[in-house]
This record gives sequence, structure tokens and C-alpha cells, in this order.
Amino acid sequence: MIDFETPEKISGVLTVINTVAVNMMRPVARYFDEHEHEIPWDYINFMHTAARAMGGSSMAPSEKKEGPRFGYQRLASMIEMLSWGDAAMYLDTPGGMLGSAAVTATGSPEQRERFLARFRGETPVFDAMCMTEAGAGSDTSAIRTTAVLDKDESQWILNGEKIFVTAGHKALVDSKGFIVVWATIDPKAGRAGMRPFVVEAGTPGCQVTKMEHKLGIRASDTVSIVLQDCRIPFENILGSPEIVQAKETAGFKGAMATFDATRPLVAAQAIGLARATLELLKEMLAERGVTIRYGVPRQKLTTIEKDVIDMDIMLRSAWWLVVKAVWMMDNGKPNALESSMSKVRAGDVVNKITQKAVEIMGPLGYSREYLLEKWFRDAKISDIYEGTGQINRLVVARQILGYRSSELR
Amino acid sequence: MYSFEPSEEQKMLIDTVSRFATSDLRPAAHDAEENKELPRKLISKGWELGVLQASIPEAYGGFGERSAVTGVLAAEAMAYGDLAGALAIGTPGLFALPVLLAGSEEQKKQYLPPVIEAYWRAYTAALIEPSFDFDPNDLKTTAEARGGEYILKGEKTLVPFADQAEAMIVFAKLDGATKGFIVLKGAAGLKVGAEREKFMGLNALPFFKVTLDGVKVPKANLLEGDFTPVLAAMRVSIAAMAIGVARAAFEYSRDYAKEREVFGVKVAQKQAIAFMLAEMATEIESMRMLAWEAAWMIDKGHAEAGKQAYLAAIGAMDMAMMVTDRAVQILGGHGYIREHPVELWMRNGRGFAMFTGLAIV
Repeated sequence: MIDFETPEKISGVLTVINTVAVNMMRPVARYFDEHEHEIPWDYINFMHTAARAMGGSSMAPSEKKEGPRFGYQRLASMIEMLSWGDAAMYLDTPGGMLGSAAVTATGSPEQRERFLARFRGETPVFDAMCMTEAGAGSDTSAIRTTAVLDKDESQWILNGEKIFVTAGHKALVDSKGFIVVWATIDPKAGRAGMRPFVVEAGTPGCQVTKMEHKLGIRASDTVSIVLQDCRIPFENILGSPEIVQAKETAGFKGAMATFDATRPLVAAQAIGLARATLELLKEMLAERGVTIRYGVPRQKLTTIEKDVIDMDIMLRSAWWLVVKAVWMMDNGKPNALESSMSKVRAGDVVNKITQKAVEIMGPLGYSREYLLEKWFRDAKISDIYEGTGQINRLVVARQILGYRSSELR
Repeated sequence: MYSFEPSEEQKMLIDTVSRFATSDLRPAAHDAEENKELPRKLISKGWELGVLQASIPEAYGGFGERSAVTGVLAAEAMAYGDLAGALAIGTPGLFALPVLLAGSEEQKKQYLPPVIEAYWRAYTAALIEPSFDFDPNDLKTTAEARGGEYILKGEKTLVPFADQAEAMIVFAKLDGATKGFIVLKGAAGLKVGAEREKFMGLNALPFFKVTLDGVKVPKANLLEGDFTPVLAAMRVSIAAMAIGVARAAFEYSRDYAKEREVFGVKVAQKQAIAFMLAEMATEIESMRMLAWEAAWMIDKGHAEAGKQAYLAAIGAMDMAMMVTDRAVQILGGHGYIREHPVELWMRNGRGFAMFTGLAIV
């Protein structure tokens, strides 16, 4: 039965998060944009305490329970609302993000317990996902970071450099978190050799070497990490031990399965930011005597009205693509197509909306007195990370055409 | 609780309609357009699927309950086969649903059974007016109360089957608001154009101009109910049909691109084409979500349903233009030839911006 009603368990949480967004994010969003690399501890500590009080721990969806599952739907809604507060600060939310998503998607039950338990502790903890390298961006099969098995010590030895790691500093330096490193166990095997490894904070040979200065999302750290003869326990390879030997692309498939879960969540971030922008734009216009006449034929509308109505259409439809993708995730339906579609669309939409909003408000839009220009800068990342718009178009195209990657490069 | 899965009953309906659309409507579409005529048998067969009948309660001759969600599902499936056919089959709904939504109990009892119970007969509605700034909420056609009657004055265009209609709903402005009036065949002052109207597309359908030259309508023929839900239903219906036509164009061009060789590979293996297709599929799915949501809000009686239907209609008509244009582009020169259906779909695609009022589910 088709139903667009927000489940009560989600709307209840959203009310709480809206309060956080209004009171703890919006007032300091500008400050942390202008003080890059400072950490919004007030927000972080509050979120951690609140999560503990509610019996939850991590942002990651909980394990299977009785009844209908809506963990991912709930998570996407929370991310949307937090990003409505501030898309950059949202990335500082403690309690498991992309790294945990990889652990959840590819790890064994024992690993999930071992790595995710820390999020229930007394102090806030972060994780991060390390995929990108200087020579491997969208083409993740070109990853050169190596993992060599030392059988005598039953350890993996990791070597390589990862870049553009979101929250890597918070995961390794500011808390006792972990990173998930994608490395190859056989550089000649391409995708077939790729495996995810968990490296915990404080592991010798693992170091944060650089903090980037960015166009936007400045409240979130983006770092380079060097792995130099970094030894981790054998058991830190994610998934069942058999995949260690498997000659198939299980590892790469694990990465892709992770993306199926995380792409709609990154899309949800874009939607929250886009909604914030559209709402502020409408408010600013209304204060200046411009209201939008919905229902009137377009031939009779002003350009601004047409633009705003187009934004409404883009925002709303893109949001439902996100919800559908996570709904499928929760219901165990394969969602590679929908997941990438939602990311393509949300990445487009947030950029179109923020760009247009700045344009419409003219010098006010361009001014740092208002948040519109910041949101314009924050928006761009949504079309880049977790797969650029182009890579996701490729994924969508392969799905609808029934092509393997060798058939559509 | 969110769900994007139609009910079992809805799935069966989609299945039935899809089969008819694929094996009956689609094969007939080309000739119907070229010969400017839809076979009456085809219309009857489509009518017998009972889409409209299922949305009218038993008390008025039908066998179901109206659901806008079910309606948009059926409308997309039907228009996927052929838009002209889908509109023709649904034309009696243009009369029946405004009566159901805005009519009194007496009007429903009197007018619905004859439309619903028998074979397909022409009942229609006149909403659209021949002006660039046509606005369903600000009609130029007027109704004036005089004595025990209303006097209708104005001009309508794009009225399907007006020449043979047993009755039609004429929409006119009464005291500043749009209202529907039941006008029977042969009413004095009701002038149906002598010749069919000619348009860029939908040539299979007989459209007429209708002039209301002081048509006198009894008080009892006014649909007193609010026009807003009627318009909302019209808008989601057109959105759903735009999605159906777009899906047809998308699938056809996708399949063509997988067959056609270029520089030693299939056209679809070129990113320039593959990305176009990816965006077409994404846009179609986006607008489907919007149309479903609007329909769901209509069924819930949600206060924002009208606004949402408006957004869905605008979004879907833009999307249909984009998708059908690209479908022609992907076929290249072949797309421009009338042997392939994509050029017809592109003509339909442009039309959705003015088709609100031609369908209601």
C-alpha cells in the first residue's frame, strides 16, 4: 500500500533534532565556517549525551528486530534535519558514520560488536572511511595501498597514503575511534584484490599528515593519512575470513554494498541543506513583499515565482527518491539503482537551489551576513563525495542498460 | 509508515492495464494518429477494463471506491501504451468524476449510472479556453444567475468528443469561483464547432471548439461543490500520463541505443548517450514519486493536496518534454521519421503543458 506518512517513531525524533538544529547549530554555523579546523565540542558533547540518554549510541542503524524495519529511513530523516541545521557541523556528529556503515555492511557480528561498542562509551567517538588516494579517486579499483599478511604474527601490514578522509582527524586524534581503510591484498588483481580493514586510533604507523582547507563544509575536517608499516590484527579484515582467499570481487562488492547504504544518506544531507536554503529564500522574499502564488499558470508568474516553484519541485521529488532508496534498504530490496539515482538527483538539486538562491537575492545572497553564500559553498561537496554525480550517472546507466563495467566504461 | 509498493489489488489492475496498453493501444497508435481516428472497438475494449467504473461506488452504478493513487497508477500504465487512446477511454470520466467530486446526492444518482453502467458513450467536459493565459481558477467563460437559471457565455477549446457527447460539464466563473455545470446535448446556444480542431499532436482524438452563446442551465445542474479537488485530480492525472508517455519514450530509446551500432560499439555504450538515459530514468522516477505523493494527499484529504498536485503537474510536464525530446535525439535522424513513435511522443510531450482538463482519475 503506497504511503507517504512519516512514521511516528521518526517524526518524534525529528522534533528533538529540529530543536538541536535551531538552538545549537544555526547560531554557530557561521563561526565554525570562519574558524576552519576548530571543533564544535558543545554540539558534539550534547549529541553524544543525548544519544546515550535515549539508549542509542551510534548514528548507524540498529540490528534487525521484530516488526517492520526503518533504521535507514530514520537515519536519513535525522541526517536531513541535522543538515538543515548545518550541513558542515552535521559531519561532526559523533557515533559512527561512514566507517561504521562499512562495518555494518561488510563486517561479521563479532566485528560489529568489537568495533561499534565504543560509540556507547562515556566520551564521543568518531570513525572515518579511507577510500580515495592521490591516484585513485572515482576509480577505486586503482587503489595502491597494500595489505600484506604476516602469517607468523597473524597481522596485516598496511602501507600507503589516503587523502580526503572526512573526519579522519576526529576519528584518530580527537577520539579513540577507528578508520576503515580500503587496501589491496594483490596489486595485480585490480578490484578482486580490494579488502576493507579496520585501523584503530593509536595504532603505530598510522598518522594524520595534512588537514585540507576547503571551499565549504569547513566545520568538518578532511585529512590525509599515511600508513607506514602499520600493523593490525588479522581479525581486523572486515567480513568472513574466507574472503581473504577468495579470488572473486567480494571485497569490491563490499565497497559497493557500502555505497548502496551510504549514498542515499549523503543525498539526505544534500536535501536538508537544500530545504534550509529554500525556506530561508522564501522568508527573505516574503520580508520584502514577494510571495509565491502556487496554483497559478506559469504564463502569469514572475521569474522569481517560477524559479521558486521549480525549486519546490526539485526538492520534494529528490527527497522522495532518497526515502525510497532507504526504504528499500530497510526492506532488504536491492537498491543499487535507486541509491545512485537519489545521489545523482540530490547532488544536482542542492547545487541548483543554492546557486539560484544566491542569484535571486543578489548582493544579499553574496553577502556573508546571511547563510545563503555559505550554503552555496557547502552544497558543492554533495555532488563530489561518495561518488561524483558523473560516477553515479555511470552506475545508474549500467543498471538501466544491464551493462557490466567492461561494457560501459 | 512509508511504503512505495502498490497493494495487491493495485498490482493486478496495473498488470491488466499494462497488458492492454502494450498489446492493443501501442500497436494501434501510429495508424490512429495518421488516419486521425481511433477504432471504436479499441476504445470499447479499454473501457471494459473498468478503470473508471472501479472508482465509482455501487450506489451510483460502479463497483468500487475512488482512489487517486489507484487512478494515477492506472493512468500511467494506460498512457504508456498511447496517450490518445488513454484519453479517449477516460473521456467519460471527465463528466463522471466532477459529478462524483462536486455534485449533490441527487446529481450523482441521476447522472452517474447512465455513464457507468453501459458501453462507452461520449460524455465529456469543457474546461480549457483558447487563450495563452488560460487559468482554470480565473475562467473567461462566465455563469450568471438569472431567474431560476444560469446563463453561460464563453468559448472553449480542446473539448474531446463534443460533437457526439450526451452531456458535458462546462466550467465557468460564477461569483469569482470556477464551477461546473451539467449541459445536455442540444441545449440552446451550445455551439459545437463544425470541424474538428487541428493540433500538433493527438490527431487520433476528435477535439472541438465549443461556444456557449447564452446557454441556459437549470439551477439543479450546478455542481455546487468546490472546484479545488476536481482541479487537483485533473492535475495528478495529467502528471501520471506524462510519466507514462515519458516512460514509453525512455524505454524505446534505451532499447534502440542497445541495438544500434556506432564506431564498433552500441550507441548506449557511449557515455554521452548513457548519461542522457540515466538522467531520463532518474527524472521519470522523481516525478513519479511527486505524482504519487500528490495522489496520496488527495486520498487523505490533505489540506496541501491541491498545491502538491500543481507541483506534480508542472514537474511532470517539464520532465515529459525533456525525456521525449531526448528520445528523439537518441534515435537521431530515425527519431525524426514518423515510422518510429518517438516523434509522436515528443509532440505529446510538448502538449502536457496545456492538457490539464483532458483527463481525470
